[in-house]
Amino acid sequence: MAINPDYVGRTFEPSEPYEVSRVKIAEFATAIGEPSPLCRDRAAAQAAGYPDVIAPPTFAIVVTSASNANLMSDPDLGVNYAMVVHGEQSFTHTRPLHAGDVVVAQSTIESIKQVRNMTTMATVTQVRTVDGEHVCTARSTLVERGA
Amino acid sequence: MASPSYHDVQAGAEIAPRQYQVMRRDLVRYAGASGDFNVIHWNERIAKSVGLPDVIAHGMLTMALAGRYLTEWAGDPGAVTEFGVRFSAPVVVPDDDKGALVEIGGAVTGKLDGNLVTVEITARSGDAKVLTRAHAVVRLAAVLAQGGDPLEPPQ
Repeated sequence: MAINPDYVGRTFEPSEPYEVSRVKIAEFATAIGEPSPLCRDRAAAQAAGYPDVIAPPTFAIVVTSASNANLMSDPDLGVNYAMVVHGEQSFTHTRPLHAGDVVVAQSTIESIKQVRNMTTMATVTQVRTVDGEHVCTARSTLVERGA
Repeated sequence: MASPSYHDVQAGAEIAPRQYQVMRRDLVRYAGASGDFNVIHWNERIAKSVGLPDVIAHGMLTMALAGRYLTEWAGDPGAVTEFGVRFSAPVVVPDDDKGALVEIGGAVTGKLDGNLVTVEITARSGDAKVLTRAHAVVRLAAVLAQGGDPLEPPQ
């Protein structure tokens, strides 16, 4: 079953609030080999002008993938997850995520296109604090093979 | 690697390429840190059953390495304000003590207001371009804060 084109333009419910922790930022930084003390040492981050330790730029995927998991599991959307690969990804940051942020992610499907035997689905996810401050806009294109 | 200042850097400047080794244990660690437990990133049997040559790295890990390349260059993990890539080929990670090598390079393509520069990134593993259309906007220090030769601040 191909992805349901009726979902273009649909905005999904925001994700549950996600609290960004120092431990998670340090874990993520270590996993990608990012050596900066600004990801681990609060005093160093504050000396650089940040409120607390900051996350590397692609950390936002941890928050947005939770929101996209809601979307992908919608049975009427018809995504065959086993056949999905990640096509494109981008992030536009108003500011870095930092420890202590409590954020929600909300996704909208921007396009669903059939190209030969593949379907591409582009989503945009807005990451905001629970107080409504914009932190990051993430765009993702998934490619479903076959169908 | 010494970080450049906005004042000093010129459009067209190359950023020194770097190589990153990616081993199976790095994929396991990234899976845990990111929450992406897709089996094609750790199970060779299933990866091959869906037509892949072997276990492949998370695209987001490759993108994260390119992000690290930029943030280490800028000297600040918060310096990358815009960052986009296309995943054009997988990074295949064999089960041995070498894993895969990802070579990342870049060049400054322009200067914007606010100490921002645009950067184009290349990423290869073996013979494959693993990222294409990889662009970023990076904030640099206005002038070098310390070390090196003293600079006159712009204006």
